[in-house]
Amino acid sequence: MGEKLNISDLNKQLAEMDVKSLEGVTIEGDIELEIDAGAGGAGPLFAYYFGEEVAKVAVQLVNMAKAFGYPVESLLQPVAVAQAISPAPAELAAAAAIPAFKIPDTLASAKFSVGTDKTWKTQVQEVQLGATKAEGGSRGHVIKIGGEKAMPFFFDAVMPNRPVVTIDVFDMPIGMAKAVKMHYEDVMNDPADWAKKAVKEFKADLVTTHLISTDPLIKDTSAKEAVKVVEDVLQAVDVPICIGGSGNPEKDVEVLSKACEVAQGERALIASASLNLDWEAIGKACVATDNVCLAWTQLEINSQKELDRKLMKVAGVPRDSIVMDPTTAALAYGMDFAYTNMERIRLAGLKGDEELNFPMSSGTTNAWGVREAWMVNSPNKNDSPWGDRMLRGPIWEILTGFSLAMAGVDIFMMMNPIAVAYLQEITQSLMGLVKAQTPDTTNWISMEV
Amino acid sequence: MKESSPLNLYKFLPQTNCGECGEQTCMAFAAGLIARSRKIEECKPLFDEKNQKKYGKKLDQLKTVISPEVALVYVGAGDKQLKVGGEDVMYRHQMTFFNKPPFAYDVTDAMNEADLVERVKLIDAWKKFYIGNWETVEMVAVRSVTGDAAKFAACVKKVMENTEKPLILCSFDPKVLKAGLEVSAAKRPLIYAATKDNWKEVAQLAFDYKVPVTLSVPFDLDGLKGMAQTFAEMGIKDLVLDPGTAPNGEKLQESLQNFIKLRRAAVEEGQKDFNYPVIALPINAWMTTKDPVRGAYWESVLAATFVIRGADIMIRHSLEPHSVMPDMHLRFNIYTDPRTPVQVKPGLYKVGNPTEDSPVFLTTNFALTYYTVESDLGSNNIDSYLLAVNTDGIGVQASVAGGQITPSKIKDAFAEAGMDFEKTSHKSFILPGMAAKFSGELDDLYGYKVKALVGPEDSGRIPGWMEKQWPPKK
Repeated sequence: MGEKLNISDLNKQLAEMDVKSLEGVTIEGDIELEIDAGAGGAGPLFAYYFGEEVAKVAVQLVNMAKAFGYPVESLLQPVAVAQAISPAPAELAAAAAIPAFKIPDTLASAKFSVGTDKTWKTQVQEVQLGATKAEGGSRGHVIKIGGEKAMPFFFDAVMPNRPVVTIDVFDMPIGMAKAVKMHYEDVMNDPADWAKKAVKEFKADLVTTHLISTDPLIKDTSAKEAVKVVEDVLQAVDVPICIGGSGNPEKDVEVLSKACEVAQGERALIASASLNLDWEAIGKACVATDNVCLAWTQLEINSQKELDRKLMKVAGVPRDSIVMDPTTAALAYGMDFAYTNMERIRLAGLKGDEELNFPMSSGTTNAWGVREAWMVNSPNKNDSPWGDRMLRGPIWEILTGFSLAMAGVDIFMMMNPIAVAYLQEITQSLMGLVKAQTPDTTNWISMEV
Repeated sequence: MKESSPLNLYKFLPQTNCGECGEQTCMAFAAGLIARSRKIEECKPLFDEKNQKKYGKKLDQLKTVISPEVALVYVGAGDKQLKVGGEDVMYRHQMTFFNKPPFAYDVTDAMNEADLVERVKLIDAWKKFYIGNWETVEMVAVRSVTGDAAKFAACVKKVMENTEKPLILCSFDPKVLKAGLEVSAAKRPLIYAATKDNWKEVAQLAFDYKVPVTLSVPFDLDGLKGMAQTFAEMGIKDLVLDPGTAPNGEKLQESLQNFIKLRRAAVEEGQKDFNYPVIALPINAWMTTKDPVRGAYWESVLAATFVIRGADIMIRHSLEPHSVMPDMHLRFNIYTDPRTPVQVKPGLYKVGNPTEDSPVFLTTNFALTYYTVESDLGSNNIDSYLLAVNTDGIGVQASVAGGQITPSKIKDAFAEAGMDFEKTSHKSFILPGMAAKFSGELDDLYGYKVKALVGPEDSGRIPGWMEKQWPPKK
């Protein structure tokens, strides 16, 4: 003391008093305090602590002034100093969180806007199923799937084609859940009648003929004999068709190659080529006969890329003749895997992955393998009652299919006609294709139900 | 939180590696914050009163950085409190969806007491076992149908006598809402709703009773945003948005698009001034039909639509099993964390108190399969051993087809688990029906000293199978 006081001394003084919490406050040459409001804000708590620090500085300065003999007391209101150095009152901290409550006279007016997803640059391949007489086939009309530029039902771009349903037809009677069987009992021995019923009564967009009797462990029907059923179905209905094998990896190559021959030029969806069998033979059979190849993988996006690439590069399948089946795990039986796998595939396709931007197919019928879809009662005695299985089954198939429609599926292989109708209705509603009088929902609270 | 680098959170932490949180370093704690496995409250020094000068600013900044993209609103009180919103991603594979939208099932003040109590009890008790857990219904929505404040309050009171579950109070009449709040405010119900007509009175209620409030401006996102801003300026920020749920027609398409827009604005565009959780009303399906099956199915379909895309809470009606069950599973599947393994540890597990006479079952280590079989055995009081064979988490049918489970793998798995069939009275084990074709080869592998029995294709049928087939005939 007693020496000249300069700004650096003052700064040192401040430093000694541990005022690090005053970051954002700089002391300029003329001892003006500059507060960077952006750093700490100027809320009540900040003001309090800032005041406390400044007061401490002031006390030091006052002491210094006194040392020089200046009558500082006359300038000060002692009360104010006492208040400033008291502890932070709890009410002040609370006041910081709740500003005074005041209801304005009018609502703020605002403009909401949101952009489209700019990363979606690539269109999903559009694929034509079925061919008319003029095109070399015999179908009454064709169906186009795919062609999306955005995730399903998003506002970013209009969906060019609606999701379609192909109903399963088998070349022999098979075991099925009661709620499915009741619809097909009268036609189960005749695939042609079965196909007709699926199209006429149940409004199937396509039918799938599954040649399961060819399985060596079932009937081991020869390929030549089995494909006669395909001819019968092509005669019975004029919608585009799909043709499936038995799932036996050796036999399917022969059966599906033969099926391609009888469906020459029809642009039938051939189910399916997979990495577990001779995909090259099936791909080449599709190319040679102008049919569409279904590329089936098991819940693995990289395998799907690999298979699609091989079908294009090695088997020479053109882009407009590939549909993907990334596997449908049903609701409650791993649907999360199927959903996310498909959603990732579709997003990758939209972002430009040319090995993944193809339409997708779902074996929605898998829903009937879930115990909740068919079992009479819960095996767990503490579950709430499961109700009527005849009502549980169809909704299981509806939601399995619909969830995957939201992930990007374009064609659904289904069985229960009620499920088919609901899936069509909801997907078309979300595309804005269903005109209906919407009730006045503002009264929902008092609705009678 | 958009942040994905621990380094960018580390700078807000004390950086002392004090270890109080249980992590070795502050960097490890930062990584935990990114993975959402740690909460900032677990960093004690950051919150310590005496450190506020040192860390206060860092804490405030950290809170801002880690706040969820869709705001988080707490509804209900105590251990029944629910998190509504709080989502950070547009698509579940980008991390996970965090807080499954609570299902609030409706009751009305026009119901007679017996029906009301019965329905509340049904809502309260509903449960279903799935992958090791019980799925339940979360909330009750009380609708004012009579318009009578006293009746509404009495109804709310009666509901609260019969369930602890959080409530949504539904009326557009502030007097009715006030009467409901008088008896329930301590439980922090969500009120539905402020509209362009009643918003002043409802704002006052939300302020007076400190409860979260729904803003309802159907099919007008500009108007909804304006109302949200007005409430935020008043200091009322526990908001839920109702952009309108049309149950059919072209308006339904618009409804879904609005949900997608709101989610995208909050999550992908970071519009912090309009990022509140959103409510869907699948109950509106019942305005389109009187047919009970049609109504339940369509409500389920609407619920699925909004569970998948953008709803954070919803009001439902149908408690029929063919509506609740599929929706519960759908919500569970969509909100399952894709980052957590879905496998159980391979090995031999005990169900109940097995003895030398108890059957020995086997299945795969896919969590869904394992817990299903375990539950089927346990809930039917079948004391038994259950071997989980390592199939890399693939189910029975697929692993039989794909070679992840084979006869020799089964034999090795029993050996590794230390299973000694000599110590059983029956010297046998039970194959899943889906793996029936392995039985012959297994008999060969065990030299006919251990018998491979063929069980049912669905473990739900084990009790019936046991009645006919157990103990095995010599």
